[in-house]
Amino acid sequence: MPVRMDKPWEPLNENSLKTVASHLGVYQLANEAGDIVYIGVADARTLFGLKGELRNAIASPPAGASQFRVEINMAYRTRHAELLQAYKHDHGELPIGNTDIDERMLGRLRPAG
Amino acid sequence: MDLSLTEEQTMIVDMVRRFVREEIVPLEDNLDPDADELPPEKLAELVEKTKEMGLHGLDTPPEYGGPDIDLVTRCLIAIECSQHRAGLYAPCYYAFGGARQAQLFEATDTQKEKYLYPMLKGEKKVFFGLSEPSGGSDPGRAIQTRAVRDGDEWILNGTKLWISGADRADYGLVFARTGGPGRGGVTTFIVETEWEGFSVRRVVHTLRSAKYATEIQMEDLRVPHENILGEEGGGFAIANDRLSRQRIPYSAECLGVAIKAHEMATEYSKIRETFGAPLSHRQGIQWMLVDNEIDIRAAKLLVFDAAAKADRGESFRTESAIAKLVSTENSFRVVDRSMQIHGALGVAKDLPLERWFREMRIRRVGEGPSEVQKHVIARDILNESLR
Ligand SMILES: Cc1cc2nc3c(=O)[nH]c(=O)nc-3n(C[C@H](O)[C@H](O)[C@H](O)COP(=O)(O)OP(=O)(O)OC[C@H]3O[C@@H](n4cnc5c(N)ncnc54)[C@H](O)[C@@H]3O)c2cc1C
Repeated sequence: MPVRMDKPWEPLNENSLKTVASHLGVYQLANEAGDIVYIGVADARTLFGLKGELRNAIASPPAGASQFRVEINMAYRTRHAELLQAYKHDHGELPIGNTDIDERMLGRLRPAG
Repeated sequence: MDLSLTEEQTMIVDMVRRFVREEIVPLEDNLDPDADELPPEKLAELVEKTKEMGLHGLDTPPEYGGPDIDLVTRCLIAIECSQHRAGLYAPCYYAFGGARQAQLFEATDTQKEKYLYPMLKGEKKVFFGLSEPSGGSDPGRAIQTRAVRDGDEWILNGTKLWISGADRADYGLVFARTGGPGRGGVTTFIVETEWEGFSVRRVVHTLRSAKYATEIQMEDLRVPHENILGEEGGGFAIANDRLSRQRIPYSAECLGVAIKAHEMATEYSKIRETFGAPLSHRQGIQWMLVDNEIDIRAAKLLVFDAAAKADRGESFRTESAIAKLVSTENSFRVVDRSMQIHGALGVAKDLPLERWFREMRIRRVGEGPSEVQKHVIARDILNESLR
């Protein structure tokens, strides 16, 4: 599994959600240009897992998100931390929509590439 | 062996039990079932309470400001502290002080000022970098990370795998080969994570989300000579006694989880009915509960035997290995049986059992796998040296 998620983007709409199940895992949201604007997690407290979280994002898209990609992952907490840290390494800051993250709880990663 | 508690021990156990039930367990209602951390402000509040109890810094020796408690009492506390969902790897979310790198107590005065005291104050975090892709059970032979001297510095190159919390750490202990093959060729270095040439490459996702594992790469990492911990070539000679001691409360933590799981299974068996009778009426279930009880009692005796021997100043290396082996193996079986009695509920994230099952599985590998503990015990029985 590559450190950075590299799946193709899907349009963030109800139609695309048909292929997403209610699993636990992580997801990324991007704007039209494909820039990541939010890295999220569907943890065990969520109702309907990834599908539920994406449905919330469709209702009120953070930071102008219009695309998404998901990764089903039972190690959702560590994967979420890894994706946030890799993004921060690449961009020097967290995605614009991740105002929900307490940066004191994040570590430092220097992934290759 | 007298296993009755003193008045003071009874008081401490009651106090810690109440703390876990009233302060920790309710918090978990609002946390993800895999959570292992609290927001710093909440943790600070809880730390104040453990300080008031006189029990903060449980693994800190009294000469460094820790509470003056014997190992038996320390184990009694460990049994209580792990009795919640995150309790195995994040007992009370570290409100009693986190795990310590025992080797740093053997540091030079300058190293203590720079690295030990900030760690004890909770200002700095430390990782332990021993295991490599080439193996962790027999690091004396497996370590391939190389350190080469260059004037007043050493240049380190290599990869460390499975290292817990390195991405959050300020510095760590890195074991590297400075000499020939075998244990005598390995030296411990204190390495700062900000230094050029040090990288945490990825998170290694395992069954455990608490204190997750990482992979470290060192590329021409320059470490000052003064950052050698202990002697050159003496990487494995540091703090052996302290490390063996730490393994005993570590074993007691497993017992705490097993006790809680067994308690849950016993209660559930009384209320859940199948085929017209409670599960507890079935001999098949009763025998599972009996096996749980025996596994817990046997492990408890061995853990307290090790702790009592260490407290009396007797040799306890074999006892500590037996305690680690039996507590992890028995507790794993107890959790597994307790899950079985709960049926589907046992494997759901609604209950803590599935998390304990995953984490207890890791306990049979981490801190020396069961087979390596047997290797240590056999060596002592046969009176052979390690080399
Ligand atoms: C979540 C997690 C966190 C960890 N954190 C750290 C950390 O912070 N720092 C660190 O240095 N390491 C850490 N480790 C590594 C851990 O200590 C090693 O995994 C462990 O020592 C075993 O090493 P290995 O995985 O390389 O297995 P190996 O050494 O390859 O052994 C594989 C298996 O062989 C068997 N075996 C080994 N020796 C014998 C023998 N003599 N006789 C019979 N059977 C034998 C055992 O069953 C063992 O499990 C962590 C591991 C995990 C899973």
